[in-house]
Amino acid sequence: MKRTVNIWARIDKLTVFLFLLMVVLGWLNIYAAVYNEEHTGILDLSQRYGKQFIWIIATIVIAVFVVIIDNRFYFFFGYFIYGGAIFLLLLVLVLGKEINGARSWFEFGSLSFQPSEFAKAATALALARYLNSRGQELTRLKILLPAIVIIMLPALLTAVQPDMGSVVIYLSFFIVLFREGLSPYIFISGLLFVLLFFVTLLFNNLYVTIALTTAAFLLTWFATRNWKVCFTGLAILIFITGSLYLLDFYLYKRLGTELVIMIGLILSGISYAWYIYRQKSVAVLIMYLFLAGSILYVNTVDYTFNHILKPHQKERVSILLGLKSDPYGTGYNVNQAVISIGSGGLAGKGYLQGTQTKFKFVPAQSTDFIFCTVGEEWGFLGSVVVIGLYMLLLLRLIFLSERQRSVFSRIYGYGVVSILFTHFFVNIGMSLGLLPVIGIPLPFFSYGGSSLWGFTILLFIFLRLDASRTEYLV
Amino acid sequence: MPNITGEAVNIPAMKDAFINRKYIIIALIVLASLLLIIKLFHVQVIEDSYRLSAENNVLRYVTQYPARGLIYDRNGKMLVNNQAAYDLMVIPTQTRSLDTTEFCTTLGITKDLFLERLKAAKIYSRKAPSIFLKQISAETYARLQEKMFMYPGFYVQARTLRKYEKPVAAHILGYVSEVDENIIKKEPYYKPGDYIGTSGIEEAYEKEIRGEKGVKIFLVDVYSRLKGSYENGESDTVAIQGKDIISTIDLDLQEYGEFLMQNKSGSIVAIEPGSGEILTLVSAPDYDPSLLVGRIRSDNYSKLQSDTMKPLFNRALMASYPPGSTFKPINGLIGLQENVIFPSTTFSCSNGYLFVSCHTHESPLNLAGAIKNSCNSYFCQTFRKVLENPEYISLSSAYEKWRGYLSQFGFGKTLGTDFVNELTGFIPAVSYYDRFYGKGRWKALNIISLAIGQGEIGTTPLQMANMTAAIANRGYYYSPHVVKKIGDAPNDGRGFTVKNKIDIDSVNFEYIINGMEQAVNGGAGATATIAALQDIIICGKTGTAQNPHGEDHSVFIAFAPKENPKIAIAVYVENAGFGATYAAPLASLMIEKYLRGQISNKYLEQYVLNLNLIKK
Repeated sequence: MKRTVNIWARIDKLTVFLFLLMVVLGWLNIYAAVYNEEHTGILDLSQRYGKQFIWIIATIVIAVFVVIIDNRFYFFFGYFIYGGAIFLLLLVLVLGKEINGARSWFEFGSLSFQPSEFAKAATALALARYLNSRGQELTRLKILLPAIVIIMLPALLTAVQPDMGSVVIYLSFFIVLFREGLSPYIFISGLLFVLLFFVTLLFNNLYVTIALTTAAFLLTWFATRNWKVCFTGLAILIFITGSLYLLDFYLYKRLGTELVIMIGLILSGISYAWYIYRQKSVAVLIMYLFLAGSILYVNTVDYTFNHILKPHQKERVSILLGLKSDPYGTGYNVNQAVISIGSGGLAGKGYLQGTQTKFKFVPAQSTDFIFCTVGEEWGFLGSVVVIGLYMLLLLRLIFLSERQRSVFSRIYGYGVVSILFTHFFVNIGMSLGLLPVIGIPLPFFSYGGSSLWGFTILLFIFLRLDASRTEYLV
Repeated sequence: MPNITGEAVNIPAMKDAFINRKYIIIALIVLASLLLIIKLFHVQVIEDSYRLSAENNVLRYVTQYPARGLIYDRNGKMLVNNQAAYDLMVIPTQTRSLDTTEFCTTLGITKDLFLERLKAAKIYSRKAPSIFLKQISAETYARLQEKMFMYPGFYVQARTLRKYEKPVAAHILGYVSEVDENIIKKEPYYKPGDYIGTSGIEEAYEKEIRGEKGVKIFLVDVYSRLKGSYENGESDTVAIQGKDIISTIDLDLQEYGEFLMQNKSGSIVAIEPGSGEILTLVSAPDYDPSLLVGRIRSDNYSKLQSDTMKPLFNRALMASYPPGSTFKPINGLIGLQENVIFPSTTFSCSNGYLFVSCHTHESPLNLAGAIKNSCNSYFCQTFRKVLENPEYISLSSAYEKWRGYLSQFGFGKTLGTDFVNELTGFIPAVSYYDRFYGKGRWKALNIISLAIGQGEIGTTPLQMANMTAAIANRGYYYSPHVVKKIGDAPNDGRGFTVKNKIDIDSVNFEYIINGMEQAVNGGAGATATIAALQDIIICGKTGTAQNPHGEDHSVFIAFAPKENPKIAIAVYVENAGFGATYAAPLASLMIEKYLRGQISNKYLEQYVLNLNLIKK
């Protein structure tokens, strides 16, 4: 099929403009974050802003290459690219250099390279390729499961590096699945379970269990308006737990109150399941399964948190949830980050005038905490502008995705949206102390070649697809 | 259009059942952005505490300590100077792990002390600086300075310490010590580790002498390295140097007084009658003021405090003795003013009056003779006449009148000097005797010993010197004081220029002064001939303060010259017996030293120096 249009003319100008604006703004902020009086030359290659300048030049070259490549390449080689990314993720576990306890970097001399930054784009391609011909039938388990495997395979491989931050990014592909027909119940349940995760850690899981049970009874009553069903359940619960308690009280005196209630819940749960089965009430059955699932989940989370998470991850979650106040320990980073952003005030302290970031009170200020420099030096107004730029970019990308004629392009576009959105929200959210500190960069702003190139490739593949949206892929 | 894999590609988005879900995703993005903006608004616009935290992070307030004012004597000779000292400060939150061994070796401290000090600093405040090690030497400071960059959270604060040019005048100058918690609570100007004057001039003129602290604001990075001044120093305040003090003390005379008082206890107070300026104030035994400076201070202080001779006790101001016979001129003056005696009035004395004994002397005597011979009978009878004066309705009111005169001389009250710890002394009120004997049931004879300066009465050496000055002035005095000038300005505002007049005609003073002149220069029968000088007429009066605990105290008051007196002096030598024995020659030497600048009678000087009343 003959190429009828000049792709350069059809590249979305607004997106390219936003991209270049963000990269330049990012670079200026890196300069401010690293700025000191001794090295003022903006192209000083011994400094981070000097290096970032090279990364930016390189990333523009990469963008050009990405656009030059035929759009069909991305479709046909989607799985190969994905396979290559998985191979690199495996390889980095073996050959990677350990930095801060995580094996996520390849190192070639002075250059280092983080495969997980590129695996995101590869996963988006593979997912788009997979869903392209599946006709939005994600309600069917047979269709859904392979998609989940595509998403979770690189997620698991980054998780064992360990790089929990990137795992969160992969979970964001569920936004794509949702757009393509994933049941909203699963989507909402997913969100609820994330919420429940934090609630569980905040409160004693016994109380959460009791609260959930109470909520379930109330919901059951609202759903069925059937007193008999509700009170039967309550009666079973009280009877079993009560007799268990009395039995323990007179015979063993060994089980704690918590254990008694837990066993009571399990036993009465089983009895109640039998009762509901006999009643054949679907609404109550769903409610019952939901309750059982929640309780199981809550107790799993508790166990996970206490036995599986690494101490530093536990600390970070604890600090975020206010379980622990330790302004000079683990919470130091977040505390200093919020202080520097907060001290910016309405209009900021002015470019290069930020004292918090300049004097290195904020850790990782040119990478993960780059937003602190924005907040401190440009103030609320500048921060809103930056957030506005991201919002504009994301909405533009949704618009572009929706105008695709090919399902592949649209799904890939949503993949880009999901990844950028999650990075943007989680990064700024953690700088503001809203979310736990998971080290993920702010797209286009943060210092670092791998992440900048990764985001550029991710974005420009989509712009390439969009530029030839009127063409057929084959 | 199947491809090689047989998969249908490029299916145009013909039927999109979930197209409306894009709105949910758009809503998700917008809501998330709004959430971030709301949080940003809270943190940046509403909440103010982050700005403060940021300032605490970045701004280091370094106190600029002013040098305390210097102290000079009345002739411009330096008494107190300053020397540099360095305090090692620590801000616990800014410290990082450091090589403790090297740090301790550099400072010459043990690791235990290091840990203990660090803990104490943390307890005081984690964020605010506190003193880690006080007054490190210049050499240690030099060694430490090279390595300072390795110890973030530590910095050195320059301070000044007192330096005394001569080991004299400790009681006048007072000393400087670190503020305690009570002071910090009362006066927020002071911060822990600050110094404050705690006695003498240092205490009385603390406000003037301390200056005002300033503060320099620096920017520091997370390693607490200085990164320049904040706002180019526009918010800094400059430390204002303390004002210099010109004291009224005559250094040479003070030195000589302390030299003469060696191995004795007691005091000398010399006043310039025309101004109330204290020329010399000796309290023996004394101590070298340098002992109470710097790190040796607390050790030395407790040693001085446990010394049984009480060198820290300022006898000149705080010791109360019965004045003894030095009180006779006052009683003579009151008798004259009350018209119960006249200069020519004579009383006979046969070795005493009733139960008050007297030594053998010619008899009868007139007033001047009685002072010259220090006749007890004469003043007992005068005192009785004062109290039994028919002008008054009762003995009590006559006594009150008598007491009023004493008050005018400054007895039984503070003199309003610039010393903070001045003692009032004690002149019993009517109520005192009423309680003791019953109301109205006491007679002149009950309290007759007051006539000769014995009994319940208590006066300080300073008060006696002031009385002498008042006699020398023929009826008035200025409150004694030790500071002449503060900076360039005269020391007014404390009432030292107010003339305190005494309601006794000046002509009456002349009769008494004649008696005092006779006491020194009157030849046979005079009690203080030992004090006589050639060419200088000393008017004096001996006294013996009864001491129930041992040998009596030798007392002498004098002024000279007779006309236009330049110096009034009171000398107390404890446990030295009669006033004539040691106090009189001592006063004479002091007067000659002050008026002539040299001593003509080396024998007398040696005689005084040979007296050693402190058993070693």
